[in-house]
Amino acid sequence: MTEVLAGLVAPFADIASSPRFFAEVLIGGVAAGLMYSLVALGFVLIFKASGVFNFAQGVMVLFAALTLVGLIERGIPVAVALALTVLVMVLLAFAIERIVLRPLVNQEYIILFMATIGLNFFLEGFGEMVWGANVKRLDVGIPDTSFKVAGVLVNRLELTAAVTAAVLVTALAVFFQKTRIGRALRAVADDHEAALSIGIPLRTIWTVVWSVAGLVAIVAGIMWGAKSGVQFSLSLIALKALPVLILGGFTSVPGAIAGGLIIGVGEKIAEVYWGPLVGGAIENWFAYVLALAFLLFRPQGLFGERIIERV
Amino acid sequence: MIYREAGQFKTSYAADQAIFPILQDRMLVTLGILAAFVVPPLVANEYWLQAVLIPLTIYALAALGLNLLTGYAGQLSLGTGGFMAVGAYAAFKLATAFPWLNILVVFGLAGLMAAMVGILFGIPSLRIKGFYLAVATLAAQFFLVWLFNKVPWFVNYASSGTITAPPRTMLGVMVTGPQATAPVRYVVALGVLALFALVAKNLVRGRMGRSWMAIRDRDIAAEIIGVRPLRTKLLAFAISSFYCGVAGAELVFLYLGSAETLAFDITLSFLVLFMVIIGGLGSILGSLLGAAFIVLIPIFLTNAPHHLGLALPVALQKQIELMVFGALIIFFLIVEPHGLARLWQIGKEKLRLWPFPH
Repeated sequence: MTEVLAGLVAPFADIASSPRFFAEVLIGGVAAGLMYSLVALGFVLIFKASGVFNFAQGVMVLFAALTLVGLIERGIPVAVALALTVLVMVLLAFAIERIVLRPLVNQEYIILFMATIGLNFFLEGFGEMVWGANVKRLDVGIPDTSFKVAGVLVNRLELTAAVTAAVLVTALAVFFQKTRIGRALRAVADDHEAALSIGIPLRTIWTVVWSVAGLVAIVAGIMWGAKSGVQFSLSLIALKALPVLILGGFTSVPGAIAGGLIIGVGEKIAEVYWGPLVGGAIENWFAYVLALAFLLFRPQGLFGERIIERV
Repeated sequence: MIYREAGQFKTSYAADQAIFPILQDRMLVTLGILAAFVVPPLVANEYWLQAVLIPLTIYALAALGLNLLTGYAGQLSLGTGGFMAVGAYAAFKLATAFPWLNILVVFGLAGLMAAMVGILFGIPSLRIKGFYLAVATLAAQFFLVWLFNKVPWFVNYASSGTITAPPRTMLGVMVTGPQATAPVRYVVALGVLALFALVAKNLVRGRMGRSWMAIRDRDIAAEIIGVRPLRTKLLAFAISSFYCGVAGAELVFLYLGSAETLAFDITLSFLVLFMVIIGGLGSILGSLLGAAFIVLIPIFLTNAPHHLGLALPVALQKQIELMVFGALIIFFLIVEPHGLARLWQIGKEKLRLWPFPH
């Protein structure tokens, strides 16, 4: 009985007794959530346009970061290195469309999913072969230090990541709503065949969307790399982005952001206040269980398209 | 082909419904199974049994289980590693708590345990479909592994956090534990696999398999013609998890000897899923072929440079292995998305007409 009481009451008492600490946890959660959103965005873009669940997004983040750091280490100026990395990711998008996606058009979704897992292995080996498997430091010139706002600690790096994510999402929203190619992307996402019949080139669209996902991967790679170093474990954040995806809905850009925030904040609060009661390290599965519980009530996620089923 | 079905007339329903209706097929399969039981223990050395054949039979069992769920019932699952962990830890707890219990009974009970956990995590499948379900099953994967890691009761309060297969005998022969020889463990694993493959083959030919396939192909239509989705899906989860649980128990008791939760992480789930996809979704033979492919390829890739006379640094070789493995998966998916089983079928059709083209 006392244990139940400890689980139900004590954490709330903690929250009430030190609101400042709670605010810090909350901010930490928001920052972590935005980082997840950055990765989840890449998934959403590709899923929306081509219906492919791209498991290799995590490795694309790693690959982008590895390329950037590797180029900088070879003495190339940062701006040039960044441009080259963008070029590499676009080339990668071309190659993926030509070699992997085109022969697999019209296959079942699970086949395409498996192909991206194969891609995942390939890119992992390739990236490490070219750039080495050591942990690399990525210095973006933002110190990983904190300052106080109204008595609450805020981390500079996390703040930058948050701002970057916001800018990126705004840019993507403008791209989707205002540009010609963005509209074409939405048309393809809506209905492949209808889009084809009014003359939208499907292959170009796929290349574009994989390129955009590559660019998002670069941004995510820079942010995650600056936070925790560029290393193999970066590719595992893909697994962290999955619950974000199902919470927000596979097809929604705002959903990816909202899902990331909910998962980030929920995870941090659960870990800090409830984690010690069950032995800690619940961050690994809490997000999944949260998403699972959520799905039971809303199978299409927060902002996903309503699932309509007909015989 | 060397033989055809010509001249073999079916005169009873039993003959019509046989798994292998052609006499020559029956003979070949019987011979093959006998050979699998007798030849490797006599011929193969310790390395081949321990590094290739034992893991192959065990993974084949897990792949069989996942294929029932994903290939036949159409429910994509990434929680295989978690269900295998349930089997392994349940077997460990049972074997240490009841030392007099026959090890096969322990495996069966461990499978039942996994089946119950499978039902629990299968409940969301009633509302969630496709990738949403796949991600939901990841919850099972991460939660179960975390649970076994965190609760010391599961490892009998061992400070190392590992579970070790206790020595057990069957018919006077040591089957598990450090003293059990590789041939004995191989024969036990193969026996279990043969039995379970037969059961699976009959399951999918019967009423249950047909209702699974109806659910897979179009669940709403299946529901309308009277297939109960709740029962069918949960049964698929239960039976699939039963297979995976037994495979997990075998993995520790017959192959690894001792293991921690790391052996059951997400990589294992993906590995088994690869076997199912490469082998062929919805095919019993495919599960076996897929398991053989996935077990043999890394061994081949590790040894190939050595035999070619290339001396590569270890790290570079590891990376090349990853690349080739990934490329091979993509290559196979492009060449034949329906897997090795379909390739086998095409080959058989071609041979049947050979040397004529039509």
